[in-house]
Amino acid sequence: MLTAAAIYDALGKIVGKDFVSDGKEERYFYARDGGLMPPHEPDFVVLPRTSEEVQEIVKLANREKVPIVPHGAGLALTGLVIPQRGGIVLDMKRMDRILEVNEKARYVVIEAGVTHGALKHHLQKHHPHLRHSIPDSPPIATIAANVVIHGQGRLSQQHGFNSDMVSGLEVVLPTGELCRIGSCSVSSYWFSKGPPLPDLSGLFLGWFGTTGIITKLGLKVYPCKKMRDVMLALTDKAELVPDIMLRLSHTEMVEDVVVAAQPLPLRFKGTFWIMAYITGDGHEELEFKRKMVWDALWEYFESRDVGFLSIPSGMKAPLLSMPSKDTTRFADVSKGGGFQYAGPIAPIEKFPLFIRKLEEVAADHKLFYSSTSRLIGAGHCMMFSFSFSFNRANADEMARAKTALDECSRFALEEGGVLWKADIDEQRLLMDKMDPNTLVLMKKIRQLLDPNGIMNPGNWEIR
Amino acid sequence: MQDYASQIHRCFRCGYCKFPSDYSSLNCPSYRRFRFESYSTGGRLWLIYAWLKGEIEWSEHLADILYACTTCKNCAEQCPMKFAPDIVDWIVGARSDMVEKGRIPLRVARFFEAVHGYGNPLKQLRSQRAAWANGVKKYAPGDEYLLYVGCLGSYDENGQKMARTLVDVLNTSGASFGILAEEEECCGNEIYMLGEMGLFQSLAEKNSRKFKDLGVRKVIALCPHGYNTMKNKYPASGGDFQVYHYTQVLDDLIKKNKMKPSPAKAKVTYQDPCFLGRYNNIYDEPRRVLQSIPGIELVEMERNRRDAFCCGGGSGNFITDLLAGGEDSPARVRAREAYETGADTLAVACPSCLTMLTDAVKAEDLDDKLTVKDISQLLRAPLSTR
Repeated sequence: MLTAAAIYDALGKIVGKDFVSDGKEERYFYARDGGLMPPHEPDFVVLPRTSEEVQEIVKLANREKVPIVPHGAGLALTGLVIPQRGGIVLDMKRMDRILEVNEKARYVVIEAGVTHGALKHHLQKHHPHLRHSIPDSPPIATIAANVVIHGQGRLSQQHGFNSDMVSGLEVVLPTGELCRIGSCSVSSYWFSKGPPLPDLSGLFLGWFGTTGIITKLGLKVYPCKKMRDVMLALTDKAELVPDIMLRLSHTEMVEDVVVAAQPLPLRFKGTFWIMAYITGDGHEELEFKRKMVWDALWEYFESRDVGFLSIPSGMKAPLLSMPSKDTTRFADVSKGGGFQYAGPIAPIEKFPLFIRKLEEVAADHKLFYSSTSRLIGAGHCMMFSFSFSFNRANADEMARAKTALDECSRFALEEGGVLWKADIDEQRLLMDKMDPNTLVLMKKIRQLLDPNGIMNPGNWEIR
Repeated sequence: MQDYASQIHRCFRCGYCKFPSDYSSLNCPSYRRFRFESYSTGGRLWLIYAWLKGEIEWSEHLADILYACTTCKNCAEQCPMKFAPDIVDWIVGARSDMVEKGRIPLRVARFFEAVHGYGNPLKQLRSQRAAWANGVKKYAPGDEYLLYVGCLGSYDENGQKMARTLVDVLNTSGASFGILAEEEECCGNEIYMLGEMGLFQSLAEKNSRKFKDLGVRKVIALCPHGYNTMKNKYPASGGDFQVYHYTQVLDDLIKKNKMKPSPAKAKVTYQDPCFLGRYNNIYDEPRRVLQSIPGIELVEMERNRRDAFCCGGGSGNFITDLLAGGEDSPARVRAREAYETGADTLAVACPSCLTMLTDAVKAEDLDDKLTVKDISQLLRAPLSTR
C-alpha cells in the first residue's frame, strides 16, 4: 500500500509534475460543482494528456484501491463528479485533440476532453456543411461527459439523445485495459457504436464513469444548412402544449422544439413560449418550412389558442445562439450564482401536470423558477426541467431549493418519468423503483468490470 | 472600487470566461498555462469566496493563483452575466485585501518594494531613468506633448529601443514634445492591478501634480498600461490632462499628412495589447498606421481585437513571471499563433508585449522566421517626411 506522497510522486511520473496537484485549492474546487450536492474533496487532481497516461493512472488506482473519478467540466450540477470517497479526480480537458473528421461518413473522432465549443468552432471553420448536436450547457462542457449523462442538444428532436449519436468509443476499463467499442473495434472507421455487432456502448453510456473512462469517441455529425431561423408560438393553455409539440414534430421540418416558461418578467407569466427552429439552404426552403410550421398550428391559431410572435432582432440572436448564454444567465436572476434543475425524461403528455407541479412547488418554497422542455425524438419523450435559481450566499434559500428539487424529482418519478443525470439521492430513488432483476444485472456488470470498486464510487451503487 | 466581498459569490463557474467569442481555443492566459480549474477566472473567484468565508486558509499557492491572473479582461469580455464588467475589480479587490494582510507572493512584494524605493519595478537607479534618451529634450512649457515612456521604455532594452524609435518618428513629423527624463516616475498601473492601493494613490497624485506644475495638457504614453491608468484612474487623483497612446498620435499625424510612410515589404500580424484594446477600445488606430505603410500586408491572427490572447505580461507578470515559462506560456502560444498566419513580422504596440513576445519567439526557435517589432519601428524604416 503506497503512501499518499508515493501516489503523488507516481502520478507526477505519469503525467508530469505540472499536471498533478494535491493542493488545498485544487481539492477545494474539484470537491464541488455549481449545484446543491454537498462537497467532498479528492486527494489528488490529475490532468492526463493521452489514453496511455489514463491507463497508467487507472492501473495505479486499481492496484492501490484508490477511487478515481473522471471529470469533464463539472457542469451536470448534480454532483456526478464530486469524489464521494476522495481519491483521484481526472480532469480530462487536456485530452483536447480532434483526431478525424470523416466528411463522407459524417462522423468525428475526438479525444474525451474536447469541448462542445471547440468542436463547434472546428466544424464551422473547416467543415461548414457539418454540425453536431450542441447542448445548452456552456461551451466548456465536454462532449464525452455530455454523452455519458445522455445529454440532449439542438438535434435531439430529430436524432434522439446526444448519446444516440455516439459512433464509437475508446475506453480504459477499471482494470487498465484499453478497449474499443463499435465499428472501430474491427475497422479503421468509427461509423457505428454497435450495429451490426453487440452494442457494448451501453456498458459505459449513462454509467457516470462507474464502469470505465472514455478516452476517445466517435460522434455523428449532421448536415449544416446555410440558414437558420426560429419561430415563436405562444399559448396560455398548458394542456395544448403536448399536441403542439407533436404537430411540430409531425412536419419533420423542424430542427428543434423547445418550450419555455417562467413567471418573470410579468408579461411572461402564464404563457408558454414554444420555439420551433428551422433551417434551410436558401430562402425558398426556409419559407417552405415556415409555412409548414404555420400550417401545423393553424387550427389553434384560428381558435386563438396559439399566437405567433414576430421576434425582434435583439431577441432573435440570443434565441439562435448555440450554446445559449441565456440558459446560463438564469443562475444570476437572484444575483446569487446558482441554479439547478431536476430534468426528468418523460412522455410529453406529462407537460401540463409537470408545469402545475413546478408552479406549486416554487410557491410553496418561495423560489424563482423557470422551465425549459426539449422534445426528444419524434415526440418519443421530452426533457422537462424543474429549474430553481438560488443565492449561494443564502444557505436557507439553497436548502429550500434542494428540498424543492427533491420534491419535483419524486413527483416526476411517480408520474412515470425517469430522472436524468440523477444525483446520488435520485439514483437511490430510481434503483428503489427499478425492476430487481435489472438491478442484479447492473450489479453484475459493475462487479465484473470494476472488481475493486474504484470507479466513481457512490454513484450507481447497488446495495 | 466596489465591495467585492458581497458580490463575488455570483460567479456560477460556467466557464465562458475561458474562451474567446468563437470558442476557438482557450483565451484565459493562466488557465491556458496551468489547465487546473483553479487557475481559471471561475476557479479564482470561487477560491476567493472560500477564503473570505474561512473555508480555506491563505497559502502561497492561493496567492500565486490569484496573482497569476494578468487582468487581461478576457473574462469580463466573455462572461454572460450582468456583473461581467466587475470581475477584474473583484480580483483586484481580493489582491488588495491580501496586500493589507501582508500575504502576497514574494515576487509581488519585491515588485512593490522596487517601485516604492526606486520608482520602477526593475530596481534601476532613478538617475539612470533617462539613459535611453541620449539628449532628447526635456518637456518645457509650450511643448504640445509630454512623452511619457514609462518604466519599460526607460530601462528595458527592448522598451528603450521602442522609446528611441518613437522619438525619431515624432521628430520627423515635427511634433512638439519633451520628456520628463530623471523626473519620470512609475505610472502605477501594475501597482493598482496588483492591489497596492496606497502606493498607487501616491504615484497617481505625484504624477498628476507634476504634470500640473509643468503645465502639461497632453500626454503621449508609450505603453498601453500607462495610457490606461492615466486615462481611467488619474482623473480621480487630480489628473487633468488628455492622454493619447502613441499609435493614436501617429494615426493622427498620418491622417494630417504630417507623416508619409514610404513603401516597405512585410507581411505583418498585430498583437492587440489588453490595456489598449479590451480596456480602452483602441483597435483601429494601430491597424490604420500599419496599413498606411505601402507594401505592408496586414493579416490577422485568429484571435484578435476583443478576442486577442494576452501575451502574459499584464499585472506585473512581465517581471513577477508567475505564469512561468514553458511551451504553454501565453507568450509562446501567441508566438506560434502569429507564425501560423504566415506573417514574417509580429507588430506590437506595447513594451511589455515586445519583450514577452521577443523572448517567446526565441524560445520557439522562430527568430529567423518571425521578427517582433513595435509599430513605430515598422514606421520608421520606410518613413519619409513631406
